[in-house]
Amino acid sequence: MKSSVITFPGSNCDRDMDVALKKFGFKNKMVWHADAELPKSDLVILPGGFSYGDYLRCGSMASKSKIMQSVINFANSGGMVMGICNGFQILVETGLVPGVLLRNKYLEFICKNVFVKINDKKNKYFKNVDNEILEFHIAHNEGNYFCTNDQLKEIEDNNQIAINYCDENGKIEDQFNPNGSIKNIAGIFNKEKNVLGMMPHPERMIDTSLSGEDGSLFFKNLINNLK
Amino acid sequence: MKISVIITLKKDVLDPQGKVIHQTLDGMGFEDVNEVRQGKYFEIDTKETDNDKAKAKVEEMCKKLLANLVIENYKIIDPK
Repeated sequence: MKSSVITFPGSNCDRDMDVALKKFGFKNKMVWHADAELPKSDLVILPGGFSYGDYLRCGSMASKSKIMQSVINFANSGGMVMGICNGFQILVETGLVPGVLLRNKYLEFICKNVFVKINDKKNKYFKNVDNEILEFHIAHNEGNYFCTNDQLKEIEDNNQIAINYCDENGKIEDQFNPNGSIKNIAGIFNKEKNVLGMMPHPERMIDTSLSGEDGSLFFKNLINNLK
Repeated sequence: MKISVIITLKKDVLDPQGKVIHQTLDGMGFEDVNEVRQGKYFEIDTKETDNDKAKAKVEEMCKKLLANLVIENYKIIDPK
């Protein structure tokens, strides 16, 4: 399986993602944002970081960079595109997934482990994941998911919510919502579910001696689903 | 020609920064403030000399980059 990680000026989780993808069997290529052509890929990743210094709005400049037209075309033709953290912010700015990510409700940069509950498994990202609840890491200042009421209705009708913030038992309540996101949304799909944007970082949970293993579960499963 | 644009958050969108500014003003003794909403201001110097054409271009810029219409409104200020 071939993957591509796009590096923007200011990306800082691109190499972590590279390590994670290779660990679980992907042949990964790093792709510079100013390139026009996307290498042949089964999966394209927009990594976390602070692309273009978060100027104007997080992800807004990166969404207009040269490589993104190829990424958008790839996604529109059914290609798998996953945006993590700043990558999620870039995805919403392209319009590939609905909504926006606002400043965290309590104006704090949040850096901690959280639990998320998988809402939908009828997709290539979460199909066959044994666990219902995963422990991932979040580190962001603008992760407060927001959309209009019409968009929310559409998202819910199409089952586009991928994961919700919850407690270790899977309870989805306000007190387990770290950033003020509508409905505790931590990640969403596009309608076709080939594009996934999420705030948590699975690539930070791939080594027992560093963190946890729930990212390993995610990546092992992902590569199997793509085969 | 210089054209100015003001971007504001839509009414229903939470503005935590505006809220904190409001609280701080309150603490400083400006007690009659009802609400503070924070926005962005841009000054765009363009080569275009035709007023209407320049405005149309800036409007396109607002829609495509400067504002995110899910949460923000834009207002173009007439060039002088």
